[in-house]
Amino acid sequence: MIRVRAFQLALVGGAIVALETLCRAGIIDRFTMIPPSEMLLALAGVMGTEPWFWPDVSYTLGNLAAAIALSVAGGFLIGLVVHAIPRLRRVLDPIFTSYYSVPTFVLYPLLIVFFGIGPASLIVLGALFGIVAMIVATVTAIDRIPRVLLKVARVSRLGPVRTALLMKLPAASPHLMTGLRLAVAYSVIGVIAGEFILSTEGIGRRVALAYNNFDNQTMYALLVLILAFAIAVNAVLGSLEQALHRRWYRS
Amino acid sequence: MTARARLLDYVLLAGGLGLAWVLLFAWAGPEALSPPGATLRRVAEYLTSPQFWPHAAATGIAFAYACLIALIGGLALGFALGANRLAGQVGEPILSSLYSIPKITLYPVILLVFGLGISAKVAFGALHGFFPVALFTIGALKNTSPVLIKTARVLRLAPLATARTVLLPAALPEIVTGLRIGFSATLLGTLIGELFASDQGLGFMLIRAMEAHKVLDIMALTLLLFAFAATANMLLLAVERRMHRR
Repeated sequence: MIRVRAFQLALVGGAIVALETLCRAGIIDRFTMIPPSEMLLALAGVMGTEPWFWPDVSYTLGNLAAAIALSVAGGFLIGLVVHAIPRLRRVLDPIFTSYYSVPTFVLYPLLIVFFGIGPASLIVLGALFGIVAMIVATVTAIDRIPRVLLKVARVSRLGPVRTALLMKLPAASPHLMTGLRLAVAYSVIGVIAGEFILSTEGIGRRVALAYNNFDNQTMYALLVLILAFAIAVNAVLGSLEQALHRRWYRS
Repeated sequence: MTARARLLDYVLLAGGLGLAWVLLFAWAGPEALSPPGATLRRVAEYLTSPQFWPHAAATGIAFAYACLIALIGGLALGFALGANRLAGQVGEPILSSLYSIPKITLYPVILLVFGLGISAKVAFGALHGFFPVALFTIGALKNTSPVLIKTARVLRLAPLATARTVLLPAALPEIVTGLRIGFSATLLGTLIGELFASDQGLGFMLIRAMEAHKVLDIMALTLLLFAFAATANMLLLAVERRMHRR
């Protein structure tokens, strides 16, 4: 494991050093990309001096939190209903399997007409992105609950509420966690993409503005921030998910 | 399940979606949505108008190039990392975190590197499709049953023969899943690429309709794209299911 980590570190570090060298040597010109070290310095500068930075970050994070809450809670509830009605599940199956193959972004203009430019459109776009992953994960999670646990619940004469809380929910938790991770990742994409396409505030909006103004310093600073955020969130949720899977499916 | 029951399911789905559309239209009004009938007529107009097809062809060409790059590149990297245990352990987490980033924010970088035009669209499409293909290929090779590999060793198959006659057939169904998801992601990437910096293609038509606030055009194009993506996906899914059954 340590060897794997060392290789990963070397690989990522090597890529960054290579990029830095190429930029410094002028093989990649400054109008295309600034050296990674300057991106970090620019990020520190943007954080410290730009008055819009923290309001825009909190705007994006607020929308993100709302979109994630909507997609996770909504996806879980819809998943329960879909699982309970086999007919509904069969009818909706084509939607679930092709949902992520259609470009959902094209709905954004319609959402803007509907909700206006502002948080509501962004939140709904983010939630639309995440919700189907959560629905599918919920249905899978209930499918995978071992039958024997339900028998144990019956033998122990647990009521329906306690069966759900003590037996079903823990047993379903690994796949629910997978759904949560995907829903978060998709909501991040939806919200930031929505801001990037059309918005008045938010970090995605700032990236688009910086690009239009040829302000590479600010643009790359914000890109580094967004990428680091997305990768960190994914890594944390991914390790939680793996821990749950290991606990339940020890071979 | 009989073919008839499946047909009924599709009819129910189409009917339900149509009903939802009509209700949503009644609630939101013509400012926000266009009615189903008029939208379908506009789709038919598009399909018969001579101005439409050059745009469709532009998108199609960019998509075809992007697909080629994403599928071949993804398969090559997937096989390279999937065949070696250590390489897979090192590479897979890096690839999956790259897969999870909101790639749309990288679009300005792609534009700066490739400039406006078809190469930026192709690059952006390929960027979307490459990672799922590689990840699914790695997963498929990793999940190959050890018994098969041992059998190959007992039979003293050469590495290349092992790959061709044992690994590939065993991993093929899951690889096809990766290709399907890569195909969809590439289409998504190509269209998003066209939304921003392009002077032709379906994405360009869409952004123009958006700017002019032509709800009917937006809806008709959206419907067309959804129908194309969903049909392609269902066809690939059918291929995939046939392989999984074998």
